[in-house]
Amino acid sequence: MTAENQRADMQGAHCDVPADLWRACPDCNQLLYARDLEANLWVCDKCGSHFRLSVWQRLQVTVDPDSFSVWDGDLPLTDPLDFPDYLGKAQKAREKTGMSEAALTGRATLDGIPLAIGLMDLSFIGGSMGWGVGELVTRLMERAIDQHLPVVIFCASGGARMQESLISLMQMAKTSGAAGRLRAAGLPYISVLTHPTYGGVTASFAFLGDFIIAEQGAAMGFAGPRVVEVTGLRMPPGVQTAEFQYEHGMIDMLLPRRDIRPALHTVLRWCML
Amino acid sequence: MAESKLDRLGKVLDELDARIAELRRLVDEGGDAYRQELAELEQRSEQLATELCSDLSSWDRVTLARHQRRPQSLDYIDAIVDDFVELHGDRRFGDDRAMITGLGFLDGRPIAVVAQQKGRTTQERREHNFGMSHPEGYRKAMRVMQLAARMGRSIITLIDTPGADCLADSEGRGISEAIATNQRDMFSLPVPVVCTVIGEGGSGGAIGIGAGDRVMMLEHAYYSVITPEGCAAILWHDPSLREEAAAALKLTAPDAVALGVVDRVVDEPAGGAHRSPAAAAANLKQALKEELDALAERKHDALLQARYEKYRRMGMPEGLSPAI
Repeated sequence: MTAENQRADMQGAHCDVPADLWRACPDCNQLLYARDLEANLWVCDKCGSHFRLSVWQRLQVTVDPDSFSVWDGDLPLTDPLDFPDYLGKAQKAREKTGMSEAALTGRATLDGIPLAIGLMDLSFIGGSMGWGVGELVTRLMERAIDQHLPVVIFCASGGARMQESLISLMQMAKTSGAAGRLRAAGLPYISVLTHPTYGGVTASFAFLGDFIIAEQGAAMGFAGPRVVEVTGLRMPPGVQTAEFQYEHGMIDMLLPRRDIRPALHTVLRWCML
Repeated sequence: MAESKLDRLGKVLDELDARIAELRRLVDEGGDAYRQELAELEQRSEQLATELCSDLSSWDRVTLARHQRRPQSLDYIDAIVDDFVELHGDRRFGDDRAMITGLGFLDGRPIAVVAQQKGRTTQERREHNFGMSHPEGYRKAMRVMQLAARMGRSIITLIDTPGADCLADSEGRGISEAIATNQRDMFSLPVPVVCTVIGEGGSGGAIGIGAGDRVMMLEHAYYSVITPEGCAAILWHDPSLREEAAAALKLTAPDAVALGVVDRVVDEPAGGAHRSPAAAAANLKQALKEELDALAERKHDALLQARYEKYRRMGMPEGLSPAI
């Protein structure tokens, strides 16, 4: 698929209705005219609810138009454990989402500043990190070192990919090691935590940004909701939120979506120019 | 669920072992009449132990890894580390009792030790939080590892945790950031690091002290991104499928070697480490010495490069290599 076709396919996968119709806000139930919603960066202008974005939508609201070129879009699917029903599920996810994995990485510009960018999406097996996502993030950082680029990653994940167990776990170490090399190379890494970010991604590269931005309304935490549910953990409401992390000193900036691109621009300008 | 062979034989073996311990005591106190019975029972228990371990399922190993009397980190430290001095606190918040750190000597070689302790009695388990380390535990571990690196001393980590503490207080002190930072910074420690899973290798809680030059597992330990119970519940919506999940997760020591994640399996005495803690400790000590000796050859840049490449290639499909 060309980038153009992939983008069109992605927008179709996320907006089942044609662009000139209406969507209901999942929080306040207001009907929103799709074109107005898009112009408002897919944020409800009645209640401020931030809609989840596909990787293509996120690119649209973040980087300069037509500036994105994909890296490593042809990595193979892997099934290291020969896990029941896994390869089929992954193949179906590719067909349904138009993505090769739960992350998309490449190079782009933001107000003319070149950067290495990664984006994640829960629609691909819950945004889970297995070898594929780990490899994409690691290559993103290694290519950034090679080309002297800053790195921005929009994180979103349900956690580690269970079907790859130990290999998934090791991606945490691998990506963290790569982040360390980027750091040693003196290049900045901006992590943007979006809704939701849990588990193995959170406890690895997501919290290793030199700058950590949380998008307003994002849920985040170490133990994902399903883990909390099946282990019967007591998790009071409000704990696994961007606000909580910000109040506890873990986040540099907590921003509504419309302020993220300008903040990225200022930080990148400060670091690179 | 039907009783497994391990459950059945394990009970018989535990009873036998208890009787043997009693007989040994009597013999030591001068009761020669018990010698014959003791010899017969010892022989029977060894046979039973060997039979028990001859055909273990993945779930059986999980059970052994969680055994009530399985030796824990402090047992191994007592047995193999001389002049151990415990070092406390992360200098930021507090002292996590679920993480033990310190310095000592392994047959004369100065080493730093980072270890997770689960606790034996109810009181100990509360004190050590069942081995579920907190953010301050990971930060203490990193502080001591970096101290060791400044002194040019090798590091051993002993992993034994059902998972990191993930409750509200730990979220509030940055459990994710602590585990992430540890993994990143372990890659820049310019000294040999050998990590061993001695019991439960519980996901992020384990990898937070688990990025090393060499990774070992005791024979009956398990290492997984999720518990079999958790996997069965989340993926298959049926927690009773835990044995199938254990098998599918490939969480045993031989599995981990086949996956290229673990370098070496340390043999346990027949029936599990709990049946002869001294033998298990001797095996671990020998393995650690051999690995540290081999790593001593590697110099700074080569050491760090090899450590990075080790994790770089885990899970890499045949014929593929890093792009740069």
